[in-house]
Amino acid sequence: MPVVARRLEDALTAVTDGCVLAVPRENSGVAMAATRALIRRGIKKLHLIALPTSSLQADLLIGAGCVATIETSAVGLGEFGLAPRFTAAVTAGALTVKDATCPALHAAFQAAEKGMPFIPLRGLIGSDILKYRDDWRVIDNPFGDNDPIVLLPAIKPEVALFHAPMADRAGNVWIGRQRELATMAHASAKTIATVEKLHDGNLLDDPVLAAGTLPGFYIEAVAVAPRGAWPLPLPDHYPADGAHLTEYATLAATTDGFATYLDKFVHDRHAA
Amino acid sequence: MLEFRDEELLASVIADMIGDVRHVAVGNASPIPATAALLARERGKGRPYVSLLQSRKHNFFTDGGRELFDCAGQGRIDVFFLSGGQIDGEGNINLVSVGDRAKPRMRFPGSFGSAYLYFVVPKVILFRTEHSRRTLVPRVDFVSAPGTSPPNVYRTGGPMALVTSLCVFAFDAARKRFRLQSVHPSHTVDEVVGNTGFDFDMVKDVPITPLPSADSLHLMRGVVANELAEVYPQFASRIFGVPSPAKRRQSGSP
Repeated sequence: MPVVARRLEDALTAVTDGCVLAVPRENSGVAMAATRALIRRGIKKLHLIALPTSSLQADLLIGAGCVATIETSAVGLGEFGLAPRFTAAVTAGALTVKDATCPALHAAFQAAEKGMPFIPLRGLIGSDILKYRDDWRVIDNPFGDNDPIVLLPAIKPEVALFHAPMADRAGNVWIGRQRELATMAHASAKTIATVEKLHDGNLLDDPVLAAGTLPGFYIEAVAVAPRGAWPLPLPDHYPADGAHLTEYATLAATTDGFATYLDKFVHDRHAA
Repeated sequence: MLEFRDEELLASVIADMIGDVRHVAVGNASPIPATAALLARERGKGRPYVSLLQSRKHNFFTDGGRELFDCAGQGRIDVFFLSGGQIDGEGNINLVSVGDRAKPRMRFPGSFGSAYLYFVVPKVILFRTEHSRRTLVPRVDFVSAPGTSPPNVYRTGGPMALVTSLCVFAFDAARKRFRLQSVHPSHTVDEVVGNTGFDFDMVKDVPITPLPSADSLHLMRGVVANELAEVYPQFASRIFGVPSPAKRRQSGSP
């Protein structure tokens, strides 16, 4: 049975040092309150996998020294510019980046949710992405003739972590049309969801809600974290906090500024 | 002569390239391609279908982030836009890094969907406003996606053209080269040559880029501008004078 944790920190015990952690793109619902809690705990050596990109979440974790390896199609702050701590870590040679392309990550998670060892994908041949991925292979399509195609191993994260609008007390989580959250949960051994609120009753009892509900048997733990995606958006609920992201981009441009940001918005719990 | 802004010229040129197709998708942070796609839709009385991935209102996918790529893989997306920190004369694009890959001088966000969409979308329009030897280079430092592929590699798509603040290059996949198609008004061929790091083909008398028609300007400044304001409020306000909404909209990535 999924646990509905009383404290956010209690829901995060499955995220341990060295964990292979899957996180979603910015507009799917990013568990930012949980991310700040993990930084406060001092989590180390994460193998972060973005489905398929990340923004502030990856940049914060990288800047705070929590990440050893990141697998992603991109890390950036969108209209707020480059992700400053990601950029600094890469140019210093201090971070292992497994560069991918969006559909490769989607496909490799889909392979895992089907229980398959690998999945083929078009494209990629002739790119330096493929050249530097010694875990990917090119084979000749066995159903074709002289038709090279890339094989990607399934991605099976230990934990998936995201933020969603609501869950019920049985641990069913409503994700709406953010279907990549379902793929993430299906592919991962354990899923932790933070939610805006608890729903009274069972989400699966209402056919309209049930279609957008991730059943509790995928879920390890749920915690209520109001505005838990802040300062990132939660689709259909609140927009990104542009003023805050502008401040982040400015502060995180330097190591001192980033330390100030952590003090003010991560370590001081009243602010976060 | 009609007065118009540079952005209106670029959008009009791109709308002409889109042509009569079924579905145009536009990625993030691409207000000029989004203007072009919506203009093409208005001129085509609702065709093509336009998906703006950054928009809430103009994003119709309901099966997660993979759906765009699955559609593209089946040939359901006819036009897409890509850019690059570097673009070279063979149409290779670099969205990853400059310098030694292990310890690069510059790191960009990453390749996003380019290494797939460049292969399977029939008309990929490269768009890069900065036209300089820094961006248009002889050879990219990292190939996020190659401009061409050997004949046995499955490829139904690729670059069609490169649009910059100075000119339009058409891409010839057989020759693996760009050809200078037109130079924007108030710019010169010499300026293009001087600011381009790669070699390209050129005819003797390079035409001037066609100006936006009165009808296109009317559509862009009216119905298109209002649609754009939902996803690019600052752009719509700066270029078309649409009043800025108080609330910023959601953003995201494909």
